[in-house]
Amino acid sequence: MQWTTLFDIALGAILVNNFILAQFLGICPFMGVSKKMDTAVGMGFAVIFVMGLASALCYPVNLLLDSLGLSYMRTVAFILVIAALVQFVEMFLKKSMPALYEALGVYLPLITTNCAVLGVVLLNVQNSHNFIESVVYGITGGAGFLLAIVLFASIRERLEFAAPPKAFRGFPIALITAGLMALCFMGFQGLQIPW
Amino acid sequence: MNFGKQLKEGIITQNPVLVQLLGMCSTLAITTSVANGIGMGVSVTIILTLSNIFISLLRKIIPDQVRIAAYIVVIAGFVTMVDLILQAYFEELAASLGVFIPLIVVNCIILARAESFASKHRPLAAAVDGICQGLGYTLVLVVMSAIRELLGAGTLNGVEVFPSEYAVQMLALPVGGFLTLGFLIALMQWARSKTGQGGK
Repeated sequence: MQWTTLFDIALGAILVNNFILAQFLGICPFMGVSKKMDTAVGMGFAVIFVMGLASALCYPVNLLLDSLGLSYMRTVAFILVIAALVQFVEMFLKKSMPALYEALGVYLPLITTNCAVLGVVLLNVQNSHNFIESVVYGITGGAGFLLAIVLFASIRERLEFAAPPKAFRGFPIALITAGLMALCFMGFQGLQIPW
Repeated sequence: MNFGKQLKEGIITQNPVLVQLLGMCSTLAITTSVANGIGMGVSVTIILTLSNIFISLLRKIIPDQVRIAAYIVVIAGFVTMVDLILQAYFEELAASLGVFIPLIVVNCIILARAESFASKHRPLAAAVDGICQGLGYTLVLVVMSAIRELLGAGTLNGVEVFPSEYAVQMLALPVGGFLTLGFLIALMQWARSKTGQGGK
């Protein structure tokens, strides 16, 4: 196993091609759940967990579909796997970690329609990642999401006290803030491991 | 059923992107050229209309507990259809939209309309709603991609308007997507507060 390849994938997913700020995957929860720091952190970790598991599960599903010649059913199969997975995670958390379950609340089922999750499994197929690469890409993609949403939430908490022009209050100013963050993340473009 | 009212809601007062703030990912990601914007807008409109009709037909059969899963399967079916058609007849468009075509499955506009409109109305009204909301979405995509393509690359639908060395390349990059949408929503909120509908 090439450690450098894995490191390269991780670096790409977290910084260079950050899922939110460079690939626009998962904007809805990024905008919706970033008003408070604690929920943002909770959402970030839940997304890491689901993205890692979804990448691991969809890899054999994809192999199965390919061997049956049903690769056109990919989208349908993947979304079903993700929906079932989220449901399962929800039941598991409810039984074993009720505190975390309470904290995540309504955001947990919403992960099903988080395009970062479906995006990561589709990108795994597109880039023909093998099993380990897929899992690493899933987990680090989630970590990139966590990084972006935590940074954004901490800016937004301060934004509450700012006084932008009336038309810009609420969503527009948040989008412009996100734009400036995307500009900062562009600084990572061209970042490569030297060996 | 009042078609004019539904059309006005879809395009202006209840615009899916600018007012309901749904479907952000695709709006931000693919609006780098007018061709992409139109292609995406038309694809989503077709899928939205078909899934609205289908879900409206099935609204009495689908049990309440599993309705979200059922909606997603219906939507995924239509998305796969459109995906295959695009790959067969519009290769260039399919290549430039890439992963965002299958991602229409998780576009919140479609699920939101299924849940809040199609599951409560007759097929005809649901179809009209799908077309109107789809038009509103397409309109935003076209406006956004026209702004970004014109200012970011100096072209409009591939035709050069001014030399590209005077263009602000930043607008064609992710930053430009966030900024353009931010300003468009601000414009919408301003317009709504002027007409007395009270923004936020």
